[in-house]
Amino acid sequence: MTVVEDRPATAGAPPPGRGNPLWALLRNSWRQLTSMRTALILLFLLAVAAVPGSIFPQRSVNRENVAEYFAAHPKLAPAIDRLFAFDVYASPWFAAIYLLLFTSLVGCVLPRLRDHVRALRTVPPDAPKRLDRLPQHAPAAERPEEPAAVAAEIAKTLRRRRWRTRLRETPDGWTVAAEKGYLKETGNLLFHFAMLAVLVGVGFGHWYGWHANRLLVEGADQGFCSAVTQFDESVLGPRVDASDLPDFCVRMTDFESTFQSSGIPKSFEATVEVSENGGDYRPDRFTVNDPLRLDGANINLIGQGYAPVLRYTDRYGVSQTKVVPFLPGDLNMTSEGVVQFPDVNLDPATGARDPKLQMGFEGVFLPTGGTDGSATSQFPAADNPVLYIAAYRGDLGLDVGKPSSVYALNREQIADGDLKKISGERPYVLRPGEKWTLDDGSTLEFAGIRRFATISIRHDPTQFLMLIGAVLGLAGLMLSLFTHRRRVWFRVASAEGGSVTEAGGLPRTDYPGFGDEFAALTRHIKEGTP
Amino acid sequence: MAELSNQLMALTVLAYLAAMVCYAGEYAFGRRSHIGRAALVGAGAPVPDLKGAPERDRGELVGRIGVALNLIALALHLATTVTRGIAAERMPWGNMYEYILSTTLIGSAVWAGVLLRRPAVRHLGLFASLTLVVLLGAAALVAYTPVGPLVPALNSYWYVIHVSTIIISSGILLVGVVPAAMFLIKNGWDTGKRGFPYTLGKRVGDAGTLERLTFRLHAFAFPLFTFGALIAGPLWAEASWGRYWGWDPKEVWAFISWIVYAAYLHARATPSVRRTTATWIAVVGFVTMLMNLFGVNLFFEGLHSYA
Ligand code: HEM
Repeated sequence: MTVVEDRPATAGAPPPGRGNPLWALLRNSWRQLTSMRTALILLFLLAVAAVPGSIFPQRSVNRENVAEYFAAHPKLAPAIDRLFAFDVYASPWFAAIYLLLFTSLVGCVLPRLRDHVRALRTVPPDAPKRLDRLPQHAPAAERPEEPAAVAAEIAKTLRRRRWRTRLRETPDGWTVAAEKGYLKETGNLLFHFAMLAVLVGVGFGHWYGWHANRLLVEGADQGFCSAVTQFDESVLGPRVDASDLPDFCVRMTDFESTFQSSGIPKSFEATVEVSENGGDYRPDRFTVNDPLRLDGANINLIGQGYAPVLRYTDRYGVSQTKVVPFLPGDLNMTSEGVVQFPDVNLDPATGARDPKLQMGFEGVFLPTGGTDGSATSQFPAADNPVLYIAAYRGDLGLDVGKPSSVYALNREQIADGDLKKISGERPYVLRPGEKWTLDDGSTLEFAGIRRFATISIRHDPTQFLMLIGAVLGLAGLMLSLFTHRRRVWFRVASAEGGSVTEAGGLPRTDYPGFGDEFAALTRHIKEGTP
Repeated sequence: MAELSNQLMALTVLAYLAAMVCYAGEYAFGRRSHIGRAALVGAGAPVPDLKGAPERDRGELVGRIGVALNLIALALHLATTVTRGIAAERMPWGNMYEYILSTTLIGSAVWAGVLLRRPAVRHLGLFASLTLVVLLGAAALVAYTPVGPLVPALNSYWYVIHVSTIIISSGILLVGVVPAAMFLIKNGWDTGKRGFPYTLGKRVGDAGTLERLTFRLHAFAFPLFTFGALIAGPLWAEASWGRYWGWDPKEVWAFISWIVYAAYLHARATPSVRRTTATWIAVVGFVTMLMNLFGVNLFFEGLHSYA
């Protein structure tokens, strides 16, 4: 940038800026940034920048899909991860575009606000010399009254129709100048300020909001309280501390679902007991589309499934019971899961754990088993529940400290032979209440079924303000699109039999209906009817 | 009832197809004089009596048959959609097939409204009916879903509010591309371009009228789309999924369409931007809408259960 604009500084510019190339550069850049062309380009960039977020799985939307993508594309994934392909909407380049747009918007809107306030306080300008040059023109019409009376009546009519009107006396008569449609610019500014508010609101919501997921199984023993440690997954905004979370506890007493005969779900409903701020438990309920709204957090029902209750009694007769959520895989809720008992078969004398005698079971749960013995469910309701299950004994590999899935046994341990399948090739079939006796005399009992719900717990402090911003923005948008700024002038001169009136009109924006409006206005005035 | 709806659907597509053939026929046989009149009508000048015009040539007749067939097709389209709704005992927009059916119904109704108020736009009929045939054909072939009840996620009054406003606005926005494309073609013809597709512009009405029509359709639909996609949608998402905005693929593409149409309105309102440039932006907007309607459902996996 060597060419520097050499215009005299505007009245408002601070004097030290004059002639300083750096200042000129800044000023030029600012002018560029706040120009409409730049705003258009930035809008387009924002649209284009949003596209990859729909192509690649996003961490903010679904972490598991991202992990799957990494597994499927081991070379490509880390490379594009460096370009934030999996965090598009939190990426620096996305933020850069929207901050530039934000700045451009501010730079565009503030001067326009100033101009508009000024325009609201100035009177409509006097009529141009030749009204017949205007887009709308009504040729001179005679009236028997005096010019002053006619002009006053015209002004009254216009004012009644909410035109901003100004009467001026001229050497040869009167002029009436009127303007209408200031709401267009007001609406436009309202819209753009609402946009600013929404952009700011997004930022604050991100900083001060938090959300978490949790799998909640039926039963008083399976409830939880709001604490990061009790969530399966949680994301706190940068300005939120774990101690800021609201104080509540929830336990689910019942979960009901109904289905169509085709297996498509008809309704879900969770009945819960809630205690807030240390108070007593009170009953409440929530369903899809109807969240549980608590003080400082909302709880939404996101998914559901079955959790078989399994009791293992080891070779020494010691029992342990676990409630194990199985993850549904298809519409009919064929669900997979594992149950691991690391602390069983302890030596009765020493209480020591033998790592070779840990037990793991891997199974498929069918809420409605078929008659053909296939391992897929026929219907999502628990009409004929069946559990197909295989038993493993050995070292579960839980102590290695590696994070492992709670829905699958450790494959490495099985591959290494440290964890051995002790049931036959075909899985064992268990129905509720049935018991399976293993080779060492230990038993696994299918003690029952409970339902579980996956819930999302969320707090977004700016949510309501965003709604207000969006509604105001829409109102502003409609004003700005559907109102029109226009001016009319009437020139009343004295003539022999009274006065002659000529009129002209100027739409200041593209307004196809202006001709009709102008015609109606001049007709009224010609006929002398208000 | 569901069976009836499917049969009506086949008839609808056939009727649009027949209308398209007639429009094309008129296109081929139409007389120059007719075009001159069309331009006048479009510009809002006093309308020469179309019915009593003496030069009622073959092209004119075929064109009128086209309009009649178009209206019949619209009636069949409406019947298809209504019977589908009755069969399912709910609003007919519970899956992608029904969604396209309803969206194109709105588009077609808007087109018919414009057609009846301004007969001059009949020359766009070829393109309007072509668009409808392609969209409906795609719906029937790719997206067909047997009648079924709503899944709980859709069982909400927001289902009516959110989806109906989006269907109406996207129907209008989809139709908006017809005058937009014709304006670009006509403008190209007027400025001396003689290659295909500008040759299509030879018989089309006044460029300024087309441009204004484009703007008015978009200006009408944009706030509605804003309400449906950016207010009602997030309100529902908050109740259903716990967050008002989460960059689900549908949300991403609604955002993109919205930004592009906002850019169109900006460009249209800026005198220094040429009207052709602005109109191209509207065409880009149309492409993003198609992506939202079909692409997102077919390519991406998201929370919107239409896919
Ligand atoms: C967040 C980004 C923005 C969005 C979504 C947006 C959206 C809109 C929309 C929808 C309109 C149409 C209303 C109408 O036609 O009157 C509009 C008008 C307008 N916008 Fe923006 N805008 C944005 C940023 C900007 C920026 C950065 C500028 C300044 C360079 C700007 C200047 C204008 C102007 C001057 C109009 C009025 C056009 C007229 O005279 O009718 N906008 N905006």
